[in-house]
Amino acid sequence: MTLLLQVQGVTKRFGGLQALTQVTFDLPAGQILGLIGPNGAGKTTLFNTINGVYHPEEGRILFQGKDITQNKPYQLAQAGMARTHQIVQPLNELTVRENVMVGACFGREKQNLLKAASIADEVLNFVGLSAKIDQLAGSLNVAQKKRLEMARALAAHPHLLLLDEVLAGLNLSEIDGMIQMVLDIRSQGITIIMIEHLMKAVMNVSDRILVLDYGMQIAEGTPQEIANHPQVIEAYLGDPKLAAKLMEDD
Amino acid sequence: MKLWQRYRGLILPVIAVAAIALWPVITGKPADRESAFTILKAVALATSLNILLGYTGYVSFGHIVFYGFGGYVGIFLLSEHGWSLYSSMLAGGIASGILAFLLGKAILHLRGGYFALATIGINEAMKAFINNFDLFGGSTGITLHFSIYKLYGGAAQALQTAFYVSIGLAFFAVLLSYMVRTSKFGLGLLAIRENEDAAEVMGVFAPNAKTWAYVLSAIIPGMIGVLFFFKNGNVEPHDAFPLHASIELLVMVMLGGQGTVLGPILGAFAYQGMRGYLVTSDFFKDIQLSVSGALLLLIVLFIPAGAVGWLRQRSALLRRILA
Repeated sequence: MTLLLQVQGVTKRFGGLQALTQVTFDLPAGQILGLIGPNGAGKTTLFNTINGVYHPEEGRILFQGKDITQNKPYQLAQAGMARTHQIVQPLNELTVRENVMVGACFGREKQNLLKAASIADEVLNFVGLSAKIDQLAGSLNVAQKKRLEMARALAAHPHLLLLDEVLAGLNLSEIDGMIQMVLDIRSQGITIIMIEHLMKAVMNVSDRILVLDYGMQIAEGTPQEIANHPQVIEAYLGDPKLAAKLMEDD
Repeated sequence: MKLWQRYRGLILPVIAVAAIALWPVITGKPADRESAFTILKAVALATSLNILLGYTGYVSFGHIVFYGFGGYVGIFLLSEHGWSLYSSMLAGGIASGILAFLLGKAILHLRGGYFALATIGINEAMKAFINNFDLFGGSTGITLHFSIYKLYGGAAQALQTAFYVSIGLAFFAVLLSYMVRTSKFGLGLLAIRENEDAAEVMGVFAPNAKTWAYVLSAIIPGMIGVLFFFKNGNVEPHDAFPLHASIELLVMVMLGGQGTVLGPILGAFAYQGMRGYLVTSDFFKDIQLSVSGALLLLIVLFIPAGAVGWLRQRSALLRRILA
């Protein structure tokens, strides 16, 4: 099993705030890693550190065996990393198609405009935004903007996809659609790390789960192990019975 | 796809510039030719500024520095070293491009208002420097010897030649703007304009892209500067680096619609037309700059996208026709 991403002892501070402390994990290619933890646990900071928005004070990060600790976001995008944002970042005055073309043109494959346009059409069809293709991205609603973020990331044909709360703010049927989409993406061979608050989704979809609390990595394991991990239950889930409930299908 | 459909965004801009260029040819009046020259100069300058302001989203308050600096370099070579008008223009354009490249490396990491402030500082610093730079004639500048125009068939013929060259430069600027707008490089610039951080996350090499946008927006102003001061017969620091001209360029771009190929052309035409009326009217002739200030305020408040941008927002059909 080849390791796509290795995070080794990563520590990130903002002034006196210890945002991440000695986070360490390996991510084999083709897996989905769920990243959970209470608000402010450092999940998005970990994403920002992995994709080069921040640089850690300690530790190193390897992507496909290469040290990328000091790389910039655009270098990592070109190396095959793509992400969505918790707070959507659409390019408002560009059309939906143009938004997705940016991902295809400047991401891993560096396509020309013509090829990027056809990739955009294909990916937008996959995320179900075909009808909005010529609209300005600013005119989409939140659920559609989340799909647009996903489409932009996918258009790069990345090796690693970082999904930051793609389910937040969606209604139940939209959530089911999005979960199915995540599984379809994995079946295309793309490795995924997903931050998610919705326990049922993250427990069902993830191969492994990493739990952060106050920047500390308090547990890592299969969904089953995490649900029964005493420290996780105490720090995160609060109520031990809740874990059992979350594992059930409702 | 048919050829005209492929380049449909270029049709209206080309017609607009051609119309301005043909107007004095049809009337045959030298006065109209001079007005048309002024408008074509404004079209070329505003269109160039638009590459930075409209496509990349960086507001330059001191863009006229490239016009002045390129103009100085070209006129110096033309006057002191006997270069031809054309090679001087080329040198002026290249000099401005190099200046933009160096400035870009230094200040393009600044965002928003800080970048805008830095551009004002650069214009004023350059003016002060040239004022004290003896090679370029210090505060009195460089005056061309009258005999230079003999090479171009006399002064009257030189004015005519300058007009034709200005047509060429305006077309060149519009073509360059269109090529940037419709290229992959241009898509990266638009992404930077909309959200620089998101663009970088998607792989846009923003520091490089911004620097090249700055360089491309500086070359034609440098060439126009050489042409204008050649026609003018002399160049002085306060003519070469007028801050208010930078602001007038901003008004033109904002009025027509930043980020569109057609917008700056219409903006330059409308603004110069209005200015021509104001400076000749008794009431407005002393306060015409306050009118442009008020105009800028009104645009920013009510139609921030400018005329063409406003139309583009109306429908997908208009977006296809108006590039």
